[in-house]
Amino acid sequence: MTTSEYTAGTLTHPPHTSPKGSEILVRELPQRGASWVDWVTTTDHKRIGILYLFTTVFFFLVGGVEALLMRIQLGTPDNTFLDPNTYNALFTLHGTTMIFLVVVPIAAAFGNYLVPLMIGARDMAFPRLNMLSWWLLVFGGVVLYASLFFSPPKSGWTAYAPLSESTFLPGHGMDAWILSLHLIGLSSVLGAINFVATIHNMRAPGMSLSRMPLFVWTILIYSYLLILALSSFAATLAMLLVDRNFHGTFFDPTQNGSALLWQHLFWFMGHPEVYIMVLPAFGMISEIVPVFARKPIFGYRAIVIATGAIAFLGMLVWAHHMFATPLSTPVLSFFMLSSFAIAVPTGIKIFNWLATLWRGNIEFRVPLLFAVGFIAQFVIGGATGVILAVFPIDWQLTDTYFVVAHMHYVLFGGSFFALMAGLYYWFPKMTGRLMSEFWGKVSFWVMVIGFNLTFLPQHSAGLSGMPRRVFEYHDTGSLHGYNLASTIGSFVLALGVLISVGNAVWSVRRGRRAGPDPWLANTLEWFTTSPPPAHNFDVIPTVRSFEPMKDIRRRVREQEEQLAAPEPAPEPVG
Amino acid sequence: MGPIPRRRARHLALTLLATGLVLGLAGVLAATAGADAVTPDAGPTKNAVDIDTLYKIVFFIGLAVIGIVWGVLFYSLFRFRSRRGRRAPQIFGNVPLELGWTLAAGGIVIAIAIITLVMVPGIKNPQSSGPTTLAEASSQNASIDQPPPPNPLRALNIKVNSQQYLFRYQYPNGAVSFQQMVVPVDTTVTLDITSNDVAHSWWIPKLGGKADAVPGYTNHTWFKATKTGTFTGQCAEFCGSGHAVMSAKVTVVGREQYRVWVANQKKLIQQSQKQVLLMRKLFQQTGA
Repeated sequence: MTTSEYTAGTLTHPPHTSPKGSEILVRELPQRGASWVDWVTTTDHKRIGILYLFTTVFFFLVGGVEALLMRIQLGTPDNTFLDPNTYNALFTLHGTTMIFLVVVPIAAAFGNYLVPLMIGARDMAFPRLNMLSWWLLVFGGVVLYASLFFSPPKSGWTAYAPLSESTFLPGHGMDAWILSLHLIGLSSVLGAINFVATIHNMRAPGMSLSRMPLFVWTILIYSYLLILALSSFAATLAMLLVDRNFHGTFFDPTQNGSALLWQHLFWFMGHPEVYIMVLPAFGMISEIVPVFARKPIFGYRAIVIATGAIAFLGMLVWAHHMFATPLSTPVLSFFMLSSFAIAVPTGIKIFNWLATLWRGNIEFRVPLLFAVGFIAQFVIGGATGVILAVFPIDWQLTDTYFVVAHMHYVLFGGSFFALMAGLYYWFPKMTGRLMSEFWGKVSFWVMVIGFNLTFLPQHSAGLSGMPRRVFEYHDTGSLHGYNLASTIGSFVLALGVLISVGNAVWSVRRGRRAGPDPWLANTLEWFTTSPPPAHNFDVIPTVRSFEPMKDIRRRVREQEEQLAAPEPAPEPVG
Repeated sequence: MGPIPRRRARHLALTLLATGLVLGLAGVLAATAGADAVTPDAGPTKNAVDIDTLYKIVFFIGLAVIGIVWGVLFYSLFRFRSRRGRRAPQIFGNVPLELGWTLAAGGIVIAIAIITLVMVPGIKNPQSSGPTTLAEASSQNASIDQPPPPNPLRALNIKVNSQQYLFRYQYPNGAVSFQQMVVPVDTTVTLDITSNDVAHSWWIPKLGGKADAVPGYTNHTWFKATKTGTFTGQCAEFCGSGHAVMSAKVTVVGREQYRVWVANQKKLIQQSQKQVLLMRKLFQQTGA
């Protein structure tokens, strides 16, 4: 069978005019088991992707509740809603959860589901390893939250030594934190190895690196960064474990250890981790913007090179988190300049997205709204990032709410908005049904208002001298106003998130049927049914550009036109 | 998808909302531009004022970049919203244009880097107190990482030692105070910052940037207050359960007042140390 026979009659009509688009694309196959045992023992990358998604959304809600509790505490000055130890445990858990159990693995959720589909593979390279990665993540989460029942970690997610040493934080909460990050780190590294092996070896015929979807590019580079950063972090954590439990002195200044060493080693993981969290988001935006602008991505090559440059430079900027520590001016200047250098490839990406929208035929569907929200908010996080990279300014702003606002503009207004765009965009592929457009738009606007109301005033709180990680503050004129706005905003934001969660739950069963290609998209995952069968594709098409679905649709159209062309008038017989 | 007029109306509504949001934010920024809401605290000392100036330069460059991106973004969303029958041109890129904005982005950060590196010495290296300074503010080299300057610096050196959850200050004459530091006006004060236990950070926003107190290291900062008054701050590096209540206060007083205070403080400290010694002896004798 040829490609066109598979796709004829489904892809030529816009899906919203033809909801019956989901005609047979693949042979009938026996249904996979749907009991929970079948789910937790599956090696199907799509099911593992969905398991990852459920796990990360669960932890996101947990981390969100932690954030709301903190916002209640800070809503008024000198509040006594939470005691200091609870508050310290909450922000430690919130940071650790959101970074290691949400944003990093949620990229793995989408990566697991989409990478094999996008490159035309039938599964990941190591399906069982893939399952192990998910189990390690779950156990990592369980170990972290089990510490709630004895003594939760209270050192902040950065766990600066020597505060994180057993002298100052006795009890095994910190050890649980270390073990949990070992498990999650192992999970991420194994997952990353799997992505690297899959992407390098299992692409469809014709899909050279220069025709790979940009999301796959970002997952590839995300994976390399994960392998570099988290394997180094495993050693760092082991050093802290030795210090705490086996009389080690790596970070103990009273025994000639170095407290600054922890900061260097931590941020050597910590800053690449930031790019680990934003690169897949960039990839999603690079997929979604061209589809809804009905225009090819502008400057494919530049975006790929910029992604690589961001990852490379991202390994060289870690000490910009340490500008206030005793470092010499040349060192400070180096890390300022390397941080500035990252602004250039990041700017290139933003300009490329803008140029993709320029002269497009922009359809305001929910994924596009979230993508636009991402660009508009991320650029604020980028600008405050440049401000913070100027080290004399950083002496004023580091460790204040300005930094809190900056990182949430990058990770929430940025990454998380992109993930929401990705959820609305790929939900029909995962479930076969579209999410509600109306509630999606409501959720988007509520989230935009809530997000900016929460985090914009935090810049001002930081500029007015409010340090981060304080369980209480005295009102020195304006702090109460900023914090109250922020607290109100956080609940608006939570409402916006819940609307989308409700939308997803409702749409799984009741959403409009999507058909294989509801958005008329560009990449191969839309070539198969929604949801795809266990083996993904009956036939894997040959890829001729970085927009294979566009090529396939064009060829189908051409063939149909040929068929529909009036037969040449028969020669009069005679 | 509804009929076209409804779609148009919806797009218009979206565009209006977005524009409203932009204008609203711009309004808030404009209203607070002069106020402290968008700039760091800066008090009567050159280093804090210089940081504030540098911040404003970078802040307005950043605002301009945000403005350009938002302008192009919202203009495109409005101008190129989908219309029936229009087909977007299939453009794959434009190398000169892309090189152009790469160079422009590079140019902006290089400009910021040059401005910063020019201003750094003025922020980082302490000024001299001037000839009419105190005897205690004797000449010394207090630069953080530079060789001794040709003109020896006149400055009052105070040792700041941090511990969970208190700052302790030691003055040149041996006097000690906790939490509240008293310094003379118009005198360069250099601070040697250390920690006894975990990492802390010394920060009085109006008197300049933070200096982390990392155990095992000595960090340095300085200020030269040109006005009397009290400036508050607090520990800025998370240091444990009492982090939020680890506060600090710098009281700038007249020079004569300082001289009296620091002498009196020394006397008080010596008296109480004597008392402690007496008590200890008493306890040892009675075996309590």
